[in-house]
Amino acid sequence: MLKYKGVLPKCNKSAIFSNLNFENIMRKTTLLLLCCFFSSFIFAQEYFPKNDGVKEQNNNYIALTNATLFITPTEKVKNGTLLIQQGKVVASGKSVVIPENSVIIDLKGKHIYPSFIDPYTNFGMKKPKKAKRNGRSAQYKPSRDGYYWNDHIRPDQNAIDYFSYDKKLAKEYRNMGFGTVTTLQMDGIARGTGVLVALNDKDGAAQRILDDALGQYFSFEKSVTSLQSYPTSLMGAMALLRQMYHDASWYSKGNIATKDRALEALLNNKKNVAFFEAGSKSNNLRADNIGDQFGVDYILVGGGDEYEMLNKTKQTNASFIIPINFPEAYDVSNPYAAKYISLADMRDWNQAPINPKVLSENDITFALTTFKLKKPKEFTKKLKKAFEYGFDKIKALESLTTVPAQLLGKSDEIGSLKPGRYANFLITSGALFDDETTLYENWVQGTKNVINTQDQKDIRGNYKITSGGKTYDVAITGDVSKPKATIKLGDVEYPSKMDYSANWVTLSFTDKETNEVFRTTGIVPKQGDGFSGKMVNPDGSETDFTAVRQKGGISEEKTKKKSKTEKPEIVPITYPNIGYGFATKPKQQDVLFKNATVWTSEDAGILNNTDVLVKNGKIAEIGQNLRAGGAKTIDATGKHLTAGIIDEHSHLATLAVNEAGQNSSAEVTIEDVVDPEDIGIYRDLAGGVTSIQILHGSANPIGGRSAIIKLKWGEDADGLIYDNSPKFIKFALGENVKQSNWQSFNRFPQTRMGVEQVYVNYFNRAKEYDAKKKRGQPVRYDEELEVLAEILNGERFISCHSYVQSEINMLMKVAEKFDFRINTFTHILEGYKVADKMAAHGVGGSTFSDWWAYKYEVNDAIPYNASIMNSQGVVTAINSDDAEMSRRLNQEAAKSVKYGGMSEEDAWNMVTINPAKLLHLDDRTGSIKEGKDADLVLWSDNPLSVHAKAEKTMIEGTTYFDLERDKQKQKAIKKERNKLIKMMLAEKQNGGKTKPPKGKDKREFTCETIN
Amino acid sequence: MNVFYKITTLVIVLITSVSFAQQTPAPKQTQAITIKGATAHIGDGSVLENSTIVFENGKITAIGTAIPTKGNVIDATGKHVYPGIIAPVSTLGLGEIDAVRPTIDDDEIGDMIPNVRSLIAYNAESKVVESMRPNGVLLAQVTPQGGRISGTSSIVQLDAWNWEDAAVKVDDGIHMNWPNSFKRGRWWLGEDRGYKPNKNYEKDLDEIRSFLVNAKAYKNTKEQPKNEAFKAMKGLFDGSKTLFINANGEKEMIDAITTAKEHGVKNVVIVGGYEAHKIAAFLKKNDISVLIRRVHSLPQREDDAYDLPYSLPKLLTDAGVLVGLQANGRMERMNTRNMPFYAGHLVSQGMDKEKALQLITGNTAKILGIDDSYGTLEKGKSATLFISEGDALDMRTNILTHVFIDGRDVSLETHQTELWKRYMGKYEGK
Repeated sequence: MLKYKGVLPKCNKSAIFSNLNFENIMRKTTLLLLCCFFSSFIFAQEYFPKNDGVKEQNNNYIALTNATLFITPTEKVKNGTLLIQQGKVVASGKSVVIPENSVIIDLKGKHIYPSFIDPYTNFGMKKPKKAKRNGRSAQYKPSRDGYYWNDHIRPDQNAIDYFSYDKKLAKEYRNMGFGTVTTLQMDGIARGTGVLVALNDKDGAAQRILDDALGQYFSFEKSVTSLQSYPTSLMGAMALLRQMYHDASWYSKGNIATKDRALEALLNNKKNVAFFEAGSKSNNLRADNIGDQFGVDYILVGGGDEYEMLNKTKQTNASFIIPINFPEAYDVSNPYAAKYISLADMRDWNQAPINPKVLSENDITFALTTFKLKKPKEFTKKLKKAFEYGFDKIKALESLTTVPAQLLGKSDEIGSLKPGRYANFLITSGALFDDETTLYENWVQGTKNVINTQDQKDIRGNYKITSGGKTYDVAITGDVSKPKATIKLGDVEYPSKMDYSANWVTLSFTDKETNEVFRTTGIVPKQGDGFSGKMVNPDGSETDFTAVRQKGGISEEKTKKKSKTEKPEIVPITYPNIGYGFATKPKQQDVLFKNATVWTSEDAGILNNTDVLVKNGKIAEIGQNLRAGGAKTIDATGKHLTAGIIDEHSHLATLAVNEAGQNSSAEVTIEDVVDPEDIGIYRDLAGGVTSIQILHGSANPIGGRSAIIKLKWGEDADGLIYDNSPKFIKFALGENVKQSNWQSFNRFPQTRMGVEQVYVNYFNRAKEYDAKKKRGQPVRYDEELEVLAEILNGERFISCHSYVQSEINMLMKVAEKFDFRINTFTHILEGYKVADKMAAHGVGGSTFSDWWAYKYEVNDAIPYNASIMNSQGVVTAINSDDAEMSRRLNQEAAKSVKYGGMSEEDAWNMVTINPAKLLHLDDRTGSIKEGKDADLVLWSDNPLSVHAKAEKTMIEGTTYFDLERDKQKQKAIKKERNKLIKMMLAEKQNGGKTKPPKGKDKREFTCETIN
Repeated sequence: MNVFYKITTLVIVLITSVSFAQQTPAPKQTQAITIKGATAHIGDGSVLENSTIVFENGKITAIGTAIPTKGNVIDATGKHVYPGIIAPVSTLGLGEIDAVRPTIDDDEIGDMIPNVRSLIAYNAESKVVESMRPNGVLLAQVTPQGGRISGTSSIVQLDAWNWEDAAVKVDDGIHMNWPNSFKRGRWWLGEDRGYKPNKNYEKDLDEIRSFLVNAKAYKNTKEQPKNEAFKAMKGLFDGSKTLFINANGEKEMIDAITTAKEHGVKNVVIVGGYEAHKIAAFLKKNDISVLIRRVHSLPQREDDAYDLPYSLPKLLTDAGVLVGLQANGRMERMNTRNMPFYAGHLVSQGMDKEKALQLITGNTAKILGIDDSYGTLEKGKSATLFISEGDALDMRTNILTHVFIDGRDVSLETHQTELWKRYMGKYEGK
């Protein structure tokens, strides 16, 4: 066996074999062999006995000469030689010394490239067995024994145990140019290790498995093999991953007495490269953040939509594996159906193919993958589309060879044709990825695999076939190896079938009138134009025929193709990239509102004919006859100016609401899953809302942490979340946490009695945990208890979903026992029954104006609730818990004027300063006061009037909603939709693939949304 | 056993709590009543300032500006009088508490069940129903839900001892849910949630056509065995009943109307009509009125105007289509009391206030075919009306002092006002 030591010098000059132990270095021979069984024995395990013959070894070299050789995508050698032996590259370059015992293959005019690597597949993996549901209650315990407490953490899962080589699929990959793939069991949140396998049909696993424990894989998706309910949400999966790392660290220090085979595997494979299947632009960031926290540099399997979030993607400094499953056009021929397709989805079709180009131009390191394609064989077509969109071909080759090799840590073995690498390479007729180029062979580990025979002549062109006294015009077009024929007699076209292989042409065509079939078959000679053979006539008689090559044909088709591949028009991206997004993000502006009726939400009350000056995003001055200075003046005569509405209870702009898998989920936070692309943000702005608290749902007594955001439409998630945000967590009481209204009987608590015990238990444990930490004792970091300790320490506030008076009273007593106060009761529909106790405790109430009758516990809910609580000194707010109601909270506040006779000022405070107080934001927003954020709304009328309409909504001096601009946006959407529909129709007419129309998967969340 | 026990207990608790809370229905009007000095909003688009309205034996006997008073005189100077608001295609009285199944009676199983009648299930003692009255909602078309043909509705007034007592128009219409040409993915079966073309649309339509053809044929034969479903359809072909079709898409509405007309259905009303503005001319030509989707709802699609649900009624009205509002949707029963505010909200879209009022009174009465007695303040019509301190279409000023149904002086108290008073009394030491 040959052994290579150290790195060989660059091969484009000359290959030096001085440190190789050849028996003979032979001179270039002129042996020419067309086809040999080169690799018969090369890999046979030398220590294996052989009884079906005698043991011989083939130590010959193969020299592929005179080729345009790409040692790497950027290292091109003209007239280069690739010398291989025993499945590996021995030398590559210009002046390679060819040993005597070499088989030489002359590749004049042909190109050699390293074959491709797909770093993310489930090639040959056994499908994981789906767990079957047993009964209707959720499963809380793990199914596995001796592993981590959560079944979806499976770092002990080794792909090699599920792997069996799939020849059929291997061929499909090879036909696309792939020589090596990574495969893994794509199941679970921690998925274990993968396998690197060469697509070598010939030799066994001992040869083709290049690494049987490659990498360590992760995702946000649960395992299908277990029904353990936790985590039910994306934020839960994130929390679980974090806790897994904490627990592993604790375990590694020997602090856990029992054996956990999952954590041990995680620790053992820590040295491996870590891969994370994130799957979308924002999930990339989520995964990367987790990695940063635990010092893991995940290689991120992206979503193909990174171009929409370029800067943030770049800031991760991560490397990527990028799918190219560009969407097909929608079939929009039916206008009634086309309306279901959102502009965002249409744009997705139009814009997505630009992703590889944009990433490469921004120096983001990425490999390409067939992952997410319906079949690997779609790969070439999709890649072609990326080229049409301007993706550089050298970059493409890198992203298929050197980059994946480097990401896998296997640059010494694959990805290039430097000496010592596996002889995995492609032989093509010309420049790779060019339309006219044919992929002839894909060699894997020195084994030749013919994709299209090299010897077959290119017969595309126009011919005249004369037979039986008739002359047919035949045009042969299409792929070199699989050409198609069009046959005409005069002007009449004859439907035909053509087969071309091993230099034989078989052509049959049908006379449409008589329905008679003519068959011809002929051999194509090496020399000369045209071909000849015999024709079998319908009556069985045979005649000779000759096909004489005419001028033209191919070139004509070329120009036709060229006009087709004109650069596609790409519609611009907006922020966010959906309808009503901004073409350019709006800017902060100094503004003077002149002569408005100003609702201050302060002691100053309602001021008539007043000016408000906004400077640098703050309210600079309130008064009369203010000077604009450089500010833009807005005449607000007859209009009303108020602070922006604050919704204390919202579930907009989030990808998840409940982590329902456990009775406490303090470890999750909505901040992890804020969705800045929710059209609900824009609609809320149109209703005068500027801030919302996105609360966790009410599936469990201890819910998750909140995200408090400003509705800065067009910003990303980080841009929405308040700086130095007050810390909140959702708690919940009553029917939802008891799971009363659906089939679930095995989770504690099932009664209000149990709810109390959940709280007492968790706070006891948090207190002990915190005390231990404060004493400086080591603890197993527990994110859940950390969060609960923040509550005990007065650093985090509770907003508690609540209905009936008994439970409201209970929670106040629990809090008092642990020496803290509940901050807010939200919903609090029976707050009016204990308003005095609430005032004494110091808790606020954030309620619906008039909802009731939707479940048993709201039987005594009354619309007078807000008025009564307010009258008893409870800080009272009106909230929505509903995307529809959120955009007209002004009207909801006004209902308290009717129900209970509240003053208009008090009513207005319930949607501005009061929720600001409840959220500890009243020093920043919620009223019109000098120095506060300019979060303002200009209304057409008294904001409590049913006739009032928000005309402008401003956050920190930036106008995010403007009634006039909204009209323009509507027009622009119509125009752009029309344009894209036309483009899709054209795509269909040009034979492009289309898919049926589909409406967006838009969901409106409430507290109770679980699935 | 536990569960059964719990449910049983719950039912008992509910039945008892429900029956104790109901306010006693008002007795028949025995003497003449005059409302004097109020601004009368007629419900046909007109206003009468400083009006005098006289009603006797449940009917308006005089309305004008300078006419003599009679009987009990209510001085309503500075106040406003409105015809009772009508809630069409409503489930009021067919359900009490959304999440408690034993209290829900709005949706029978079966696809084509026009013979299922809402009236006999109408709970006149519902606590939700009584909460309508203090906001001015005084009549409802009680309507079955679900299936393809959900059943037969009846129109009731909302202050009654029992369903017979409540009935205003018995078996007025048949309600149909038109198939959608697009369907939401069944995510619980692992499908994508998004909307996809409904492959069964044509088949669904065929089923409807076939049912209509058979129902019509049944009308012509006397000897065949009884078929209650076909029998119930009879009124559609002779014009004594209206076919209310739930449809929202352009194509669906056109298909629905065309199919119904082709099969000899005399009166068709579209319920929902999210895209009705796109086919306004077609609707007008075919004389189709629309009971439009809840004003307080979200646009159906991301690219739709944020205020389309607010502006739709005006778009249609301006195009000459007869439009009424309804409250169908999530938590629709309790939300029905907000109907005056749905109408009020339209004014922000430039709709005339009195026209907005028409959409919940006069127009609705016309669409339901009860305009001979209800919907407007006119001589000879029922004295079903209310007095408000201010603009009844605005939340702040919808403060009712009197409610009359067929001249009966209806209580404004409810389970909710009682709790309010009880607890304010507790805090104020009364």
